[in-house]
Amino acid sequence: MLKSNWSRFWPGMLVAALLALVFSVAPMGYGNTSLLFMMMTFIVLAQGLNLLYGFTGYLPFGYVGFFGTGAYAAALMVMKLHAPVWAAVLAGPLASMAIALVLGPLLRLSGAYFSIANLAASQILFFVISNPHMTGITGGPYGVKLDRIFAPTASYAAMIVLVVLTTLIAAYFRYSRFGQGLRAMADDPVSAEMSAIPVVRMRLMAWLTSAAVAGLAGAIYAWNLSVFYPDAVFSLQISIFAIVFALFGGVGTVLGPIIGAGLLYALYNAIGISAPQYFQLIYGVLIVGLVMFLPEGILSLLTRRGINVF
Amino acid sequence: MTALLEYAIVGGLLYGIFFGLVAVGLNLIFGVMRIINLAHGEFVVLGGFGAYWLTSAFGLNPLWGVPLAALGAVVIGFPLYYAIVPRLQRSRDPEMLSFILFFGLAQVIEALVTLGFGPDQRTLPSDALGSGSPSVFGQAFPESWWWAAGISVVAIVGLWLYLTRTRLGFATRAIMANRDEALATGISVDRVSSIAFIIGLALAGAAGVFVPYLQGSVAPGIGNDLTTTSFAILIIGSLGNPIGTLLGGLVFGVGSMLMQTFYASWSNLVPYVLLVAIVLIRPQGLFGKSVRHA
Repeated sequence: MLKSNWSRFWPGMLVAALLALVFSVAPMGYGNTSLLFMMMTFIVLAQGLNLLYGFTGYLPFGYVGFFGTGAYAAALMVMKLHAPVWAAVLAGPLASMAIALVLGPLLRLSGAYFSIANLAASQILFFVISNPHMTGITGGPYGVKLDRIFAPTASYAAMIVLVVLTTLIAAYFRYSRFGQGLRAMADDPVSAEMSAIPVVRMRLMAWLTSAAVAGLAGAIYAWNLSVFYPDAVFSLQISIFAIVFALFGGVGTVLGPIIGAGLLYALYNAIGISAPQYFQLIYGVLIVGLVMFLPEGILSLLTRRGINVF
Repeated sequence: MTALLEYAIVGGLLYGIFFGLVAVGLNLIFGVMRIINLAHGEFVVLGGFGAYWLTSAFGLNPLWGVPLAALGAVVIGFPLYYAIVPRLQRSRDPEMLSFILFFGLAQVIEALVTLGFGPDQRTLPSDALGSGSPSVFGQAFPESWWWAAGISVVAIVGLWLYLTRTRLGFATRAIMANRDEALATGISVDRVSSIAFIIGLALAGAAGVFVPYLQGSVAPGIGNDLTTTSFAILIIGSLGNPIGTLLGGLVFGVGSMLMQTFYASWSNLVPYVLLVAIVLIRPQGLFGKSVRHA
């Protein structure tokens, strides 16, 4: 099923190019750029979560921990070290990968234990960073202020680059030997190990990649927002959205998380802000319905009919 | 200093016994059905709002919330079990899918409670469970705390007796040990499991009645924290055994109270740190299943 390089990678490049085009042109016709920015952020997060969950079966319930770590790493670089923007943004993924390495042993746990322990880890990060005793270092519960580097257009452009990058990584996961190995492990780790797939190392690679994506997203988000409180970047809601968006579209595919995040985030904006309870009710029912009737996401409506989904 | 320490320990024991009750329903449902009830905390919240409704609308004693929780568990739990669980158990990955499904259910419950009662924190009349403060070792705690701990002990010991002394309890433990073999020996797995499911929800709801006393108030948004805390306790204690959960609750309760007394701002870290530390240090110990085999 491994085809030549070009025929394997052109769909990913096409999708990435389309996304770049849409999000570059959209601000000209549609004034609410912060909505577009958030939609891109969630496309990236849903896709980053998909890299781990869709390909290895590990559902990181505390995924927001990496996002928040990235945001705070960038913020601290600017506030404490007076670093230039590019260095601050790069600090995001580095910090989240460092956290991912520390949390690496969590990958020894299976299924729900991993998810719950990961959730607990993200809560620990949040409580440490937002603790009043940390005010001198992280700003504690009072948040951070980066108005010195405030640049809405540049950070918007950076997020477009990240959307493209994440889409290409997902395409690589989907069609490379690496991605096939990951999925073989998700199905049966023992057999995969016996087929000379380096299970532990590859799983760690997927974990680090997924963490880096979220950390970079967090750093660019911090740059765009420039003033925020710790709960804005550590809210469990962010993990939840990423999970629901990715599942809704269909995990293990490239298009699924993009479609899921695009559609549901638009829905959230239509009703979620004015009537949050009704939105919560709708997406709760949606999740229950999805698991019961469409556990592979809406794209499985196509795959069931024999249409190959990218 | 000693007085403070004694206060923290006595309070921690009461608090911990109560949290044993909060977590025990989750343990039962996971042990029997191998599904993760991520809506567990929301069922606890429902119990709290049930008691709030009884006291505010009818002026009843909040203790009536306990039988109401049992009734509610039957009314909600029975159809819910048959709508969801058998279908889940036939699926590709029941554990992970149940995790996501019950997460959705938690959102639904939280939204409904918010729509019904508003998003605000609710309290129960503070003297409804007696206004005295019985003391042990000179440490006085409100009567409501003693009520909560007393009912928790009764409920947990009752569950233990059910599991170890009755025929249904034997069947329940057989399913915990091996579902397929239990089915093969002629145990009506769905009937026994649905009863366990209802008991699990009823225990969660009964615990909810006391949440406004032990935590100060009940609000629709606290379900999530309760679920995670319950998981921590379940992991500290042992799977399938209610007495283990009680011990887990005690570790959590005393740990939390000590932190609250001496390093208050760090005390909300306790359940999470305990959880991560225990799953990392003893992944094989109490849970053979939590170790991956490659």
